[in-house]
Amino acid sequence: MVLLIQYTLIFASVLVLVALGGCFSEHSGVINIGLEGIMVMGALGGALMMKYAPAGTPAFLMILLVILASVLVGMIFSLLLGVAAIRFNADQTLVGTALNLLGPAAAVVLVRAVNMAENADNVSSTVAYGQAKKAFLVNIGRFEFNWFMLISLLVLIASYLALYRTRFGLRLMACGEHPQAADSVGINVYVMRYAGVLISGAMGGLGGLVYITAGVSEWKFENGVAGFGFLALAVMIFGQWKPVNIGLAALLFGLFRALSNVYTGFEALKNLNLPSTVYNMFPYIISLIVLVFVSGKSRAPKAEGIPYDKGQR
Amino acid sequence: MKKQSILRNGAFQTILASLLCILLGLLTGYIVLLIINPGGAAGAITAILKNFLYYPSKAAAIKYFGTTLVNASALLMCALSVLFAYKVGLFNIGAAGQYVVGAGACLYCALGLKLPWIVCLLAAVLLAALVGGISGALKAYFNVNEVISCIMLNWISLYCVNMLLTTVKEQSTPYTTPLSSGNKAALLPNMGLDKLFSKNEFVTIGLPLAIIMAVVVWVVLEKTKFGYELKATGLNKNAAKYCGMKEQRNVILTMMIAGGLAGFAAGIYYLTGIEQWMVQQTSVPAMGFNGIAAAFLGGLNPIGTIFASYFIQHITSGGTYVDKSMYCAQISDLISAFIIYLCGFVLFFKLWLNRWLDKRDEKAKKGGKA
Repeated sequence: MVLLIQYTLIFASVLVLVALGGCFSEHSGVINIGLEGIMVMGALGGALMMKYAPAGTPAFLMILLVILASVLVGMIFSLLLGVAAIRFNADQTLVGTALNLLGPAAAVVLVRAVNMAENADNVSSTVAYGQAKKAFLVNIGRFEFNWFMLISLLVLIASYLALYRTRFGLRLMACGEHPQAADSVGINVYVMRYAGVLISGAMGGLGGLVYITAGVSEWKFENGVAGFGFLALAVMIFGQWKPVNIGLAALLFGLFRALSNVYTGFEALKNLNLPSTVYNMFPYIISLIVLVFVSGKSRAPKAEGIPYDKGQR
Repeated sequence: MKKQSILRNGAFQTILASLLCILLGLLTGYIVLLIINPGGAAGAITAILKNFLYYPSKAAAIKYFGTTLVNASALLMCALSVLFAYKVGLFNIGAAGQYVVGAGACLYCALGLKLPWIVCLLAAVLLAALVGGISGALKAYFNVNEVISCIMLNWISLYCVNMLLTTVKEQSTPYTTPLSSGNKAALLPNMGLDKLFSKNEFVTIGLPLAIIMAVVVWVVLEKTKFGYELKATGLNKNAAKYCGMKEQRNVILTMMIAGGLAGFAAGIYYLTGIEQWMVQQTSVPAMGFNGIAAAFLGGLNPIGTIFASYFIQHITSGGTYVDKSMYCAQISDLISAFIIYLCGFVLFFKLWLNRWLDKRDEKAKKGGKA
């Protein structure tokens, strides 16, 4: 049971971070389908930092460095979307999909190059970071507390405050609802949209890092992040683009994802004798069902996905 | 004035844009190779571009040319699936999952039920169409974003097909039984095509069928009332409804056809026996995603897509010939992913080109007056 709570919380943390990233981007008016690719790149940045950070680094500094690495890589990668979608009016779905393909491909190529440079026979795409990962964990009894759970909660609260209680957040949302109106009162729509995309890059990158440190101590980059970026988008839609609802939705999805890791620990579930594949499918099936119920009265930002054209009315 | 008309031509602009995308994509790939290991970069990029020409003997080269063509024909079908949906305003990122379902259906029919090839192929098309139809129905009736529902279905399909095909796998390996020993009747007929490619038994009627399908898709989209209605629905759902078109039916039908095309891709690929399905796969095959690259690189034109599919497959296959002691085959995936990214700029490129041409014309006019 403790294990179930632990996994639920850590997977929910991933989903909260990434979904909030998507939330900022969409509120500014840019659809970010590329979150999956951004997660992979952020994870790569963090993993390489963990691999190369000297062994004696104090835990606090370690956490800071690793987070910084994945956030920065995520932001830089998200700029690819930002520039294409904001400056060059590109089709946001197309460019986002390109990021999703580019992320894993680039990660595999890079990791393999790094591995082969170390040892010519090592052609795997795996990065191991068992030692460095311990900095994130604190054992409280049988419960393995991960600092990222706290960080996600703080990010959630900060996002709520930023979106609804600050000038920046309200302006950002105006750009996603009616950019022409926002422009007419002197808000620079382009700057706001860049800000939205960059925030989503930072949070997506961080989410990717949390995902690969959840439960395992090495990551094979050929696997990407198994559709988690898209699950996060489903969480965002289920949460109707509102931070608090997103937090609750993430808990629900996190629970179903955690079940596939720990269902063997429950007699009742074990006795059902379902193959493990069924549990693996769970989060995806649930998200489809959930989407059916909530998409009808969707409260998506009005102007999302539409390139901003100053001359339009 | 006649000289400028070729630059003004829409088709010419599309081809120019695609060529630019390819050039920039290859350049990026080359730069990445240079960063990894400057010594072998030039060799690696030529290996990617040469692909089957890597083999010195003519017979071997032709044989592997055939294999590349078989792969390209499946890719072409996936690209057509993406293209068809995109013309109706839907982004079928689910081509990958529909392809997986097609593979599962045709291999199970072949190995589990021992059916002949034509039935297997039909089963692949129908089941994949059904999966596509689910996304379409969710979009039409519940307003579920088709990109997200497609991705969820991709993963669900992968897990289901893995479970299904585990029942027909070889005892000692995680691969399905080869068709040549499991059920010979399920192999697509060669019709003598294998002789053209140095007895490459994987070259089958799938190849001409794929080309025919590309032409059929073009005719349906451009020359029929049905295609016109579909495109109108994509441009403006409400206007289409106002004109008396059944917009919900059109969305579902589109996704079913797109799914069917992706299923057909799996059929003409796996029923040649070229590859066995690995039942422990943890990621969806790249074929469907590469289809997106091919569709956009082909300028969203079925005929252009034929050439684009071949090119994408050519460099993907070529990736396996790079010097493995320095680089990995995924460098080709990186290049094709970057090409998709660049395709996002095509619209802007055309806009810019036209503006530049306008300016030049204006200047020429002024010069003529003075």
